[in-house]
Amino acid sequence: MTESLHNILVAIVLAPLIGSILAGLFAGPLGRKGAHTVTIVGVAIACLLSMYVFKRIAIDEIGVFNQTIYTWLKSDGISFEVGFLVDNLTAMMMVVVTFVSLMVHVYTIGYMSHDEENWPEGSGAGVNSYQRFFSYISLFTFSMLMLVMANNFMQLFFGWEAVGLVSYLLIGFWSVRETAVFANLKAFLVNRVGDFGFILGIAGVLMYFNTLDYASVFAVAEQHKDLTMNIWGDEQWSVMTVICILLFIGAMGKSAQVPLHVWLPDSMEGPTPISALIHAATMVTAGIYMVARMSPLYELSETALTFVMIIGALTAFFMGLLGLIQNDIKRVVAYSTLSQLGYMTVALGVSAYAAGVFHLMTHAFFKALLFLGAGSVIIAMHHDQDMRNMGGLRKYMPWTWGTSLVGSLALIGAPGFAGYYSKDSIIMAVGASHLPYADLVYVMVLAGVFITALYSFRMYFLVFHGEPRMDEHTKEHLHECPRVVTWPLIALAVPSVAAGAVFVSSMPFGDFFDGAIKVAHEHDTLAHVGEHFHGWFSMFLHGFVALPTWLAAAGVGTAYYLYMKRPDIPAMIERKLSLVHWVLDNKYGFDAFNQGVIAAASRGLGRFLWKVSDLLLIDGLVVNGSAKSVGLLAAVTRHLQSGYLYHYAFVMIVGLLALFGIFILQ
Amino acid sequence: MDLTLTSFAPAMPEMFLLGMLSLVLVVDLFLTERTRHITYILSLLSLAGTFWLVLDGYPRLPELAFHGSYINDPMAALLKLFMLLAVMVVLVYSKEYIKQRDMYKGEFYLLVLFATLGMLVLASAHTLLTVYMGLELLSLSMYAMVALRRDNVDASEAAMKYFVLGAMASAMLLYGMSLVYGATGTLDFALMGEAAAKLPTNDVTMLFGIIFMLVGVAFKLGAVPFHMWVPDVYHGAPTAVTLFISSAPKLAAFAMLMRIFVDGLGELHQQWQGILIVMALLSFGLGNLVAIAQTNLKRMLAYSGISHIGFLLLGVLSGTSEGYAASLYYAITYVVMSLGGFGMILLLSRAGFEADKLDDLKGLNDRSPWFALMMMMLMFSMAGVPPFLGFWAKLAVIQAAVGVGLVWLAIAAVVFSVVGAFYYLRIIKLMYFDKPESDAPIESSADLRILLSANSLAVVGLGLFPSSLLAICSASIG
Repeated sequence: MTESLHNILVAIVLAPLIGSILAGLFAGPLGRKGAHTVTIVGVAIACLLSMYVFKRIAIDEIGVFNQTIYTWLKSDGISFEVGFLVDNLTAMMMVVVTFVSLMVHVYTIGYMSHDEENWPEGSGAGVNSYQRFFSYISLFTFSMLMLVMANNFMQLFFGWEAVGLVSYLLIGFWSVRETAVFANLKAFLVNRVGDFGFILGIAGVLMYFNTLDYASVFAVAEQHKDLTMNIWGDEQWSVMTVICILLFIGAMGKSAQVPLHVWLPDSMEGPTPISALIHAATMVTAGIYMVARMSPLYELSETALTFVMIIGALTAFFMGLLGLIQNDIKRVVAYSTLSQLGYMTVALGVSAYAAGVFHLMTHAFFKALLFLGAGSVIIAMHHDQDMRNMGGLRKYMPWTWGTSLVGSLALIGAPGFAGYYSKDSIIMAVGASHLPYADLVYVMVLAGVFITALYSFRMYFLVFHGEPRMDEHTKEHLHECPRVVTWPLIALAVPSVAAGAVFVSSMPFGDFFDGAIKVAHEHDTLAHVGEHFHGWFSMFLHGFVALPTWLAAAGVGTAYYLYMKRPDIPAMIERKLSLVHWVLDNKYGFDAFNQGVIAAASRGLGRFLWKVSDLLLIDGLVVNGSAKSVGLLAAVTRHLQSGYLYHYAFVMIVGLLALFGIFILQ
Repeated sequence: MDLTLTSFAPAMPEMFLLGMLSLVLVVDLFLTERTRHITYILSLLSLAGTFWLVLDGYPRLPELAFHGSYINDPMAALLKLFMLLAVMVVLVYSKEYIKQRDMYKGEFYLLVLFATLGMLVLASAHTLLTVYMGLELLSLSMYAMVALRRDNVDASEAAMKYFVLGAMASAMLLYGMSLVYGATGTLDFALMGEAAAKLPTNDVTMLFGIIFMLVGVAFKLGAVPFHMWVPDVYHGAPTAVTLFISSAPKLAAFAMLMRIFVDGLGELHQQWQGILIVMALLSFGLGNLVAIAQTNLKRMLAYSGISHIGFLLLGVLSGTSEGYAASLYYAITYVVMSLGGFGMILLLSRAGFEADKLDDLKGLNDRSPWFALMMMMLMFSMAGVPPFLGFWAKLAVIQAAVGVGLVWLAIAAVVFSVVGAFYYLRIIKLMYFDKPESDAPIESSADLRILLSANSLAVVGLGLFPSSLLAICSASIG
């Protein structure tokens, strides 16, 4: 049984990789059609097989698959291997990743069909860009699968870095645009900070557990609970707290939590399909997934859990506020992603891992849907992304309108939609938590619901309703997008509605994640909430009397009033509260601080090190010095090779005599 | 005399090769220039048949023949398989090259086959006499191969040097053998160790014998200070012949080292270890340093080969079975990489153009991205960059040296391999960052292209699954 799964799992990982290699290396011969065919077939295979694996593992319950596939090397007792750990959590992630990826692949055919217009005339970088894009997103699918299917930290790190690399490549996909290059450099550098913490965390695991294998680490984690370590001075730190916080710093980079969130809004410079796939649905949730996977470690440190919760709450609340003042349609969705990632992180912090992962899943569907909907609008608007130039698109693009409405309702947590079940579970779990500051966090996540509804429906009304504000030329060409664009929207709208009701009784409030996620009894907020849970329908009905629903409704109402009825009020608020607006407009000053202080200081330090220690000492003395002396030595010794036969014979005789001298006469 | 047929069985492949060789010799007499491909195909078939026979008779336990003067054990069989494989690859690689240079004659193939026979004998030698017989058969064929282009000044000069120095080395080896025979009273490796162990330590006759024999072996390997022939012969000989000299005969030389000093004189490990340490240190030191100053690709690869021999010796001198296995692994690895490196020169060469300058590689990426990629992988592998094959080989021999406490030697090896990385990386720089000097298309036959690609990809494939080959090597030594 496991043997047959073994081959299937290998095929799941390799199918997108092979597609990517073919599309990337043979871009010319394959052409556009060939490239998108091979990659879509590869991802479709991965998606179907993932669904089969999900059925076997989660529904037929054949047991957890944990096996090493390939050992690369063993060094000093540590083995570096590729292995798969597939339990319900992994199986769910595999389906989400491959399904969203497949939808994005199909959508991309429409979105990138005129990509040659995005490159300047005669630009060499624009050659085969269409095929390159498909190659990259397939490579991303492969990397993400490696990440979620890993059974050891080494492979986790590989996947982690690989998705980071592809994200970097795709943000800067239009490499002739300066803003894109700036954005991908920023994403790269900020993730470096996170990954630094992450690899230190892995090093900590290796140091104290002497293995990189998940199962072996988790099996003995309990025994390391009271271990302390000395970082500096005489202060003793709990090893578990240090490891968990370091790993979480990695998650903060990848999942864009305050203060390492600054790269995500800028990442919108990349093409929209990847904003949907990488920067909303999958890669940015890698941090959430990782923490959920490491739940046996996090459960041992309440300090780390509190830290996680607070960071999450800050992100959820403050990033939502920023969504209110954005005019770029993609940026609104980007800030909304940040805020929702904050919700997931809060869930992790209050030990409601299952709710966090549940929200991860529903969010993947409705946020991919919203992004692709935004992309569809952008296509129709000839790549104008400013909402102030839109309006009234409803009658031109009925499918995009309908699916976007579904996505928005799911996002704000309207009862019945997927987002309602997942977000409400999180909010209730926070209410049940006993961690310090949990009360404050509860207020913040509740306020977040109002804000979410406000910015979501501000966007919705500005784009789809009201008077059309675009110029005549654009207006004449407005029409619904081709079917490769609308079909993925519809396919994503289905789980955005249904996934919540279907899975709510098994995922957050059932035993779906038992075995994969471990929660200490005293932290088990979900079990506490679950006592009042009586099936999806009663939860749906309860929604109409619950506070979050009314907050969401108030948000929608406010948006309607402000942007449909009295569009003069927002401008007035902006004037009256100019200080607040200024703060929000500058995104709390994170960017200015990063660039003015951190980047400037690093550059100054770098310049100093470059001029003095690098050029003068290392390059000048050590590197060039040794290179010169080696070169000199080489030039001298090559003259030994004189070309004369008698010299050669002489050297042989001398060599012989020298050996005699050394070994006989000693 | 007991001459039953069963005692011939271990030598079956050699006898088959000898028979086929005689057949080729006769058939070739009746062939013209236009039908010469029959010789080519017959030679390949002889090698393939021998390969099959070796595989078929793969021994689980050592089998002796000819009254103990011939042995067929797993190490011999493994070495023979790779020798035959390497020679087949050489024949395919060199076909176009020798056609363009008026060397497409029966002699080339016959000499290759004779040399191969010599190598097989060497791999199976179990007395000093058999060693000498195999060695001379191999060497004499190679002298003639280098001299095959009589009208070429470089080639004649190289052949002359090779012959004179080879004769000297051979004489020293023979003298060493006679001394060892004098001291132990036997030529048989099975009895030699026992007899040697009875001698007083630091018996001068024995030490003299060991040193003289080591000089012979070191010459064949091309270890410093008995390496002087290597650059000149590699450079002067036609590239097809260089390809041959640098590949399979290195395995034969390794076999000779193992047979004489491990099978025969393993007990005297203490006495010969020090000499090998000196040679290893000098080899990877000098080889890597002087390679930097070369402008000719063949010479550079010659010096690189010298340095590889230094690494190979690291395993043998450690005197443990892990070390021997590591060296065997290294020898095979080196042959795979060397075939690829010289094969690339053959690929780029055409009538009247040797493509053996470093500058000829400039901008290869613009002319043929695929083969630039192949060459890059070969160079990374030679430099010992993970995950390519060469890295694992270096790791194995260095671990062997560390395992017996020779940490300083291991550090020296690592330092010099860093120095060596310079000239391998320079090739990559030339291929990718410089502009090509000519834009002549690369003309080469499909079989060469395919085999060379497979050769280079093997460097990656074996690097990703390093334990497979290493496990076979360990099992062969065990």
